[in-house]
Amino acid sequence: MSSRERVLGRVRRALADVVPDERPYEEAVGRDYLRVHGRRSTEETVELLAENLADYRAIVHRAAAEDVRMLIMRLLARRGSQEMLVPPGLPPDWLAAADPVWIHDRAAGTPQRLDRVGSVVTGCAVAIAETGTIVLDGSPDQGRRRITLIPDHHICVVRVPDQVVSSVPEALERLDPARPLTWISGPSATSDIELDRVEGVHGPRTLEVILLG
Amino acid sequence: MSGTFVGMPVHPAFPEAAREAVHDPTLRGNLRHATHTIRAKRAKAVAEVSDWAELREAGRRIKDHTLRHLDRYLEQLEESVTRAGGTVHWAADAAEANRIVTGLVKATGESEVVKVKSMATQEIGLNEALEAAGIRAYETDLAELIVQLGKDRPSHILVPAIHRNRGEIRDIFRAEMGAWGRPAPEGLTDTPAELAEAARLHLREKFLRAKVGVSGANFMVAETGTLVVVESEGNGRMCLTLPETLISVVGIEKVVPTWRDLEVFLQTLPRSSTAERMNPYTSMWTGTTDSETADGPRAFHLVLLDNGRTDALADQVGRQALRCIRCSACLNVCPVYERAGGHAYGSVYPGPIGAILSPQLRGTASEIDASLPYASSLCGACYDVCPVAIDIPEVLVHLRERVAEGGPAVRAGNRVLLKPAKGHAAERAAMRAARWALARPGALRTGQRFASRTRRLHPRTLPGPGRAWSGTRDLPPVPAEPFRDWWQRTRGAGDDKGGAK
Ligand code: SF4
Repeated sequence: MSSRERVLGRVRRALADVVPDERPYEEAVGRDYLRVHGRRSTEETVELLAENLADYRAIVHRAAAEDVRMLIMRLLARRGSQEMLVPPGLPPDWLAAADPVWIHDRAAGTPQRLDRVGSVVTGCAVAIAETGTIVLDGSPDQGRRRITLIPDHHICVVRVPDQVVSSVPEALERLDPARPLTWISGPSATSDIELDRVEGVHGPRTLEVILLG
Repeated sequence: MSGTFVGMPVHPAFPEAAREAVHDPTLRGNLRHATHTIRAKRAKAVAEVSDWAELREAGRRIKDHTLRHLDRYLEQLEESVTRAGGTVHWAADAAEANRIVTGLVKATGESEVVKVKSMATQEIGLNEALEAAGIRAYETDLAELIVQLGKDRPSHILVPAIHRNRGEIRDIFRAEMGAWGRPAPEGLTDTPAELAEAARLHLREKFLRAKVGVSGANFMVAETGTLVVVESEGNGRMCLTLPETLISVVGIEKVVPTWRDLEVFLQTLPRSSTAERMNPYTSMWTGTTDSETADGPRAFHLVLLDNGRTDALADQVGRQALRCIRCSACLNVCPVYERAGGHAYGSVYPGPIGAILSPQLRGTASEIDASLPYASSLCGACYDVCPVAIDIPEVLVHLRERVAEGGPAVRAGNRVLLKPAKGHAAERAAMRAARWALARPGALRTGQRFASRTRRLHPRTLPGPGRAWSGTRDLPPVPAEPFRDWWQRTRGAGDDKGGAK
């Protein structure tokens, strides 16, 4: 007997008490919880996102379409990053032609090479106001998971209000489970030493979010 | 060794192990500080969502429904993961899981792996099994790194090094890092920021060259084949993203039916666990991505682990323990855990959940397992905080009965008839636990409160082996209300802080 059969057999014997015509899943699982907590206008939702991002020590900026390029340049200059990593499908108008060296993530880029890059700029798939979370799904403007992981400084551009939802249930509804997903709430953090929160152990230590629009 | 291995096999019974811990002032100080801090934060995070009760109920029902149809959801999961390019393996016990993982690592030709913190791999003793096969496993969670470098054992589900303070951590880093890779920086102090930086540098070296990653998972979605890992530091993302091969070892109870079910647990888990609205990082992956857009590992193996879970499933009262999402909230509110520390429980699952899970996974044949159902004051605080509403006191009482009276149970898939605990072992365990609690007013106080609430259920003579003892003694009736509660109530609300510890 294979282990698969053995385990499934044990499961079935263990569940001998369960009557076969038990209520189906939809009935068995009531969903009396809220889809959204509280009522907010669109602006208020964006405001809440900004607040909660900041509460988890992300640095929040706002920019209109024509200013985003300058803002990104300023953030990079302040950081002193010589090289900047970008996903292949980043909107070209976010990048200036001059100054730092743009490194495009290619399949060939080794982790060691990525480790020498100071900053990364990406878009996002959706942002959740109630929790202060940005979600990346590997679309061309966000790139592979590794590029937002290795550099120490991540700038993420969120288009408001289109990409902003209120809650976790609303976010899941918009996301495609077939894509690799990364949910980010603030910079990397640990509380493993006497429960003192320290930012940045392995992921980027600085997360800057630009609310664009 | 027979039976199910759930880590840390050689053990005195709980009261002895606890006695040692209770007399260690450093440990008690560290634990007290940690559990109280996180407890207060959690209450605030939960109060923020007005529908907590409904989320908790939905979580309970999703998990219950899944468990009651586990065979169906496991088959569906297997199909979804396979369709997405993953390979599914089934492991009936720890030895088999270790064999599978070791074989998979060997097949890659590698001799080291990076690991995401995972209860399942600790439970089966994977690191030791890999080491025996000449494979070095690097723990990459900061707390696990501290435990591994300190040749220590984890003592908390969420913060495994909770029993260590910063000075101890610095000493461990200074003394041990060099033997495992990049040594600690010169002049390392004990500030958390410097310690975290030392860990970052030490581990980055390993991430960047790793070819094989090993993880567990918090959830597996049957409908889509998606696995979910929830973490804070980013070490999880590193291990799930950079290696070419990813092996995930996951208990069969971690499956949920649909994608939508995540909306419940992604709200309740972070708040219960680290008391945050959301943990810094959550990674979700479904099989492997095709080579054109290659993102993450090219090979993905899922090892579905039984190791006693189906035995727990066969117990109609005890099966609810399998709803556990390992948030650790019950540890942080437990007056017994706070004083005894995680090591006293003798398994990788400490605290209230450990007291009901370990004896179910391993059976109650050993002294430690027979004493675990008594390692509680039955105060009910664990039930109140549990985000999937596991009635831990109910299961504890049920397991005490099993220890004392014996009866039918399932071990390694076979029906067996358990004998009552030998001689007066159960009585001894109970009395030792009682003496232990009597020496601790805080634990006793909460225990009394529960006893009062359930007094109608208390027997006048002890069942099973206790009968001989109570045959010549009357059990004192349990008062309707503990004295302390009466005191606080009749003294009025204004003064009730005075009674708390
Ligand atoms: S038993 Fe409940 S409270 Fe305890 S760790 Fe499991 S889910 Fe959390």
